[in-house]
Amino acid sequence: MISGAEIMVKCLEAEGVKVVFGYPGATICPFYDKLYDSSIKHVLVRQEQNAAHAASGYSRCSGLPGVCVATSGPGATNLITGIATAYADSVPMIAITGQVKSDLLGRDVFQEADITGACEPFVKHSYLVSKTEDLPRIFKEAFHIASTGRKGPVLIDIPMDIQQNEIESFEYPDKVNIIGYKPNTRGHAVQIKRAVEAIKNSRRPLIVSGGGVLSSGVKPKFQAFADKTRIPVISTMMGIGVMPSDHEMYLGMLGTHGKPVANRALHDADLVIVCGARLGDRAVAAPDQMSEKTTVIHIDIDPAEIGKNVKTEIPIVGDMKNVLNMLCDEIGDYVVPNQWQETVKGWKKSFYRTPPKFDGFVEPRALVQKLSSMLKSKAILVADVGQNQIWCANNFMIRDGRFLTTGGMGTMGYSIPASVGVKFARPTRDVVVVCGDGSFQMSMNELATIVGNDLAIKIIIMRNHRLGMVRELQDVFYEKRHSGTILEGDPDFQKIAEAYGIDHAEVNSNEEAEEILRTVVKSDKPFILVCNVYPDTPSI
Amino acid sequence: MQYTLSVLVENHAGVLSKISGLFSRRGFNIDSLAVGVTNNPEVSRITIVANGDEYVVEQLEKQLNKVIPVIKVKRLAEGEFISRELILIKVHCAASKRAEIIKTAEIMQAKIVDVAPSCVTVEYCECTNRVETLIDLLRPYGIREIVRTGTIAIDRGNTALSV
Repeated sequence: MISGAEIMVKCLEAEGVKVVFGYPGATICPFYDKLYDSSIKHVLVRQEQNAAHAASGYSRCSGLPGVCVATSGPGATNLITGIATAYADSVPMIAITGQVKSDLLGRDVFQEADITGACEPFVKHSYLVSKTEDLPRIFKEAFHIASTGRKGPVLIDIPMDIQQNEIESFEYPDKVNIIGYKPNTRGHAVQIKRAVEAIKNSRRPLIVSGGGVLSSGVKPKFQAFADKTRIPVISTMMGIGVMPSDHEMYLGMLGTHGKPVANRALHDADLVIVCGARLGDRAVAAPDQMSEKTTVIHIDIDPAEIGKNVKTEIPIVGDMKNVLNMLCDEIGDYVVPNQWQETVKGWKKSFYRTPPKFDGFVEPRALVQKLSSMLKSKAILVADVGQNQIWCANNFMIRDGRFLTTGGMGTMGYSIPASVGVKFARPTRDVVVVCGDGSFQMSMNELATIVGNDLAIKIIIMRNHRLGMVRELQDVFYEKRHSGTILEGDPDFQKIAEAYGIDHAEVNSNEEAEEILRTVVKSDKPFILVCNVYPDTPSI
Repeated sequence: MQYTLSVLVENHAGVLSKISGLFSRRGFNIDSLAVGVTNNPEVSRITIVANGDEYVVEQLEKQLNKVIPVIKVKRLAEGEFISRELILIKVHCAASKRAEIIKTAEIMQAKIVDVAPSCVTVEYCECTNRVETLIDLLRPYGIREIVRTGTIAIDRGNTALSV
């Protein structure tokens, strides 16, 4: 005989899960008890939302679905923001929640919450398990759904009695058969031909790369395609890292907070190839204007994205990997008109500005730029949300590493817990967090997780005593009325670091910051660097 | 423009809420929704009648297709399908008006299914336009209560929607 809880652990093992991030409680105890005997590492976070963010960070850097676990009721509802973040950012994740016993469901008993109902808009799929026998099939399906097609979180809610019940034997299915779920991963050959023809007929083609290129694991092929065709590339926030930042034909991030040169290129292009991007309002503020004069080719695994925000002439539904292969075959030795290449290169030079300096403060944009050169080429930078995110997005020079942030959902407090997951996925890489003093305080409780697991994560806090991005918005649109954006009562972050036993420093200039970082990035211990930033420093 | 969608879904608990939630969440306006099991007991068929432009209906189809237990979505072509809804109308009916109301029902091929001292209940199964006509004809007598099923629809001819 084997219990549901044991089956849950065996299912995770069968899926190759090495680590889960979670927070226990009464209704998930049967599972935790069996997990105790397993080789799967459990990472105890300090609040459930952070378990989901950690699983997201893990997932984005390992390519495997991250797993987070919480108990019923408040444990489960705390997960929601993390699940919603993974959903908006298309990150594969399995969220496991305990639930009250089946016969108590719907009676509003202690720690009961309808979590499958509450998460409905934020999950790719969810299960409320009603029979122990169903567990193997459900786990198999959940991992399949999370990690194929457009990736996303899947929730499995498991009542306590389902975990406790015993059945005869365990067998993990080797196949799934979900009749309504067969994502189309092959691009349509006719559409590919049309796309290539349109590219060849265009004079100023441009590629917009999104997170889809990264999540389909096709970065090298993508770079080869861009290299060969010399089509200039811009990216959405989620697509940053698709190209090395200093690549001749790469122009940076587009959008409201993007690089002027990227937006200029988008404005002037006569054909745009959108690769795995949804083009939300922060990326393209006026999609109608764009589609009026530009031919749009949109490649996406999710047919619902195509034509949703930007009118599309040539839709191609499929996995980037397959579509790119087909495009490469079809396009032959096509190269972009020389004039367009030269125009773009010219812009790149003329648009460059060195950020102004404020004496007695750290200039965050210059520091982030410098930081890139101190790290190993495969370094992973995790930015939070707000001005710190924009400073990093536009200035971190990626070589062969990653830039992680939540570009879709924009959840403050993401960076520290996500970096925990990143470090578990890539223990040998340099992992650096950049956050603001606002976002740091949203998840500084996770310093305990960092210390408890000896994770060499370097945290840079850009402290301006403001919720800087909202402050900036108020400056422009609300007559500088700083309603609720001044962070009063902040603690001494150095003392916080001290309390957790983390080495730390506080600096007021880039020179000091660089000197400290140069040695700190090489150490195998965590570090907190508090950078005092001039409060009026702009995002761009 | 009004359009009719036929949606085949897995016949599980919770599937309907996944679908109905989608409408409010994404701001789609639906006129009616009817659901029932098909000849395959594992599959239910939902008929949705909704209003909107081409963009809206395309998005609606695509978003429905993303719901995992949704097996198939088909937009029925204008004029190429038969649609029906069932309505029960309780009409105020003084004895002196009874013959008139029965005559009206007869002309429309509706059925009187219940008679009470001051009411009759009319049953009618037709397309929405005819149903509306009957309501208009009965309104002057005083409608006490209406209950409708929502539209169901099926393609004309040889084509059959199946899994």
